[in-house]
Amino acid sequence: MTPDTEPRLNWWNRMANPGQFVAWTTPLLWPLVILTAVLFVLGFWFAFFNSPEDYQMGDTVRIMYVHVPNAWLSQFVYAIMSVSALGTLVWRHPMADVSMKAAAPLGALFTALALFTGALWGRPTWGTFWEWDGRMTSTLVLLLIYLGLVALWRAFDDQLRAARVIAVFTLVGAINIPIIKFSVDWWSTLHQPASVFRPDGPRMPMSILVPLFVMFFAFTFLFLVLHLKAMHTEVKRRRVMTLKRRLAQGGPA
Amino acid sequence: MSGFAAMLRRELRLSLRGGGDVLTLVLFFIIVGAIVPFAVGPDRTLLAAIAPGIVWIAAFLAMLLGLERLFRPDHEDGALVLLRQAELPLSAIVAAKLIVHWLVSAVPLLLATPVLAVLLAMDLDSFGRTMISLALGTPALAAFGAIGAAVTVSIRRGGLIAPILIAPLSIPVLIFGVGSITSPQSGAATLFLAALSLMAVALAPFAAALAISSAED
Repeated sequence: MTPDTEPRLNWWNRMANPGQFVAWTTPLLWPLVILTAVLFVLGFWFAFFNSPEDYQMGDTVRIMYVHVPNAWLSQFVYAIMSVSALGTLVWRHPMADVSMKAAAPLGALFTALALFTGALWGRPTWGTFWEWDGRMTSTLVLLLIYLGLVALWRAFDDQLRAARVIAVFTLVGAINIPIIKFSVDWWSTLHQPASVFRPDGPRMPMSILVPLFVMFFAFTFLFLVLHLKAMHTEVKRRRVMTLKRRLAQGGPA
Repeated sequence: MSGFAAMLRRELRLSLRGGGDVLTLVLFFIIVGAIVPFAVGPDRTLLAAIAPGIVWIAAFLAMLLGLERLFRPDHEDGALVLLRQAELPLSAIVAAKLIVHWLVSAVPLLLATPVLAVLLAMDLDSFGRTMISLALGTPALAAFGAIGAAVTVSIRRGGLIAPILIAPLSIPVLIFGVGSITSPQSGAATLFLAALSLMAVALAPFAAALAISSAED
């Protein structure tokens, strides 16, 4: 049996080349930026001018339009990181490393924003910035995991070796997050039986759902834009590192 | 003698000949527990109420102390590279290390718990529950610790970053550990704690071995 010497160049293999990846995805960047901007303008217009006040919460209900998308992204980004971690461990796909590294600070940012907007919303409606409620607590733990991952990336000198180790830890975290969520729920219902959130809460009318969906897509596309740009930056950073190393070794740059 | 038993013997000898380590660990555990009354005041009812939490925090911190010696000495003197080439799979080697780590860092803490129970004004009932919950929960702490130590083994200042990684993962252990002592549903919490330990101990050797072999490539 003769080995297949010519590697098949499907899009998956092509994407494994960082230069090809940047070349292929750069044309996507500006359309995505414009789409994000349009969605944000539309979403803010809905949120500020074309959505009703809540009969109890008044204008503060509008915080929801930035809070809920951030809370969704805090989990979505971890899912992206876990899939990228699988890509690193199973296929050793170079762009999966880059995607994982670029997503970690973004995930930390969106999680922190979800907590921050939640605190701002909680103060006028519940009368407190912070409550050890199940959801808030598990979001806080998620933020700590993100920050740990960012710290881990910064601690490694060799980024290529770091990727596989961090992929292992990311997947351990992915298994653990549901357990943490469950345990924190168990713990917080034990401590405060009257929960603020109720599963049988009032259903939202369409006038609130539409702006929420628009903002939801706006924030998701914002993440995609930032993620793509951060991946390009990471590719360039690695190229600069390689050039510097070659220069330091006295070879041709 | 099988490779696994040889690994167990080697690890046990290495950690017991270090001698002072175990004593330091116990001392640290007792000092953390004994320092809390100075911070919150010597009120016996208050201390008795928070004693399970204090014991668990002290155990959690003490278990972190011993992590440095789990993989780092073997990484530094090159033994880990040789161990990776052994016939025994790396996950089995990590499992042996994990068992010995638990024996030399959790069992002494269990033996020292009566001292803290007296200092923190625990009654006999909650003392018994504390012993059970520590015995059931410390394997999970050791397992998460092993993952953290494996992930940071090739980082020079990894000792600083490992606790940051391990602490969020250990939150369920603390919740169910303290819950199995104080909560009205302590039976359920004890079962969850045992399940968590079983799962963590079953998965940690594979995750830690994968992290070590990725870091050394």
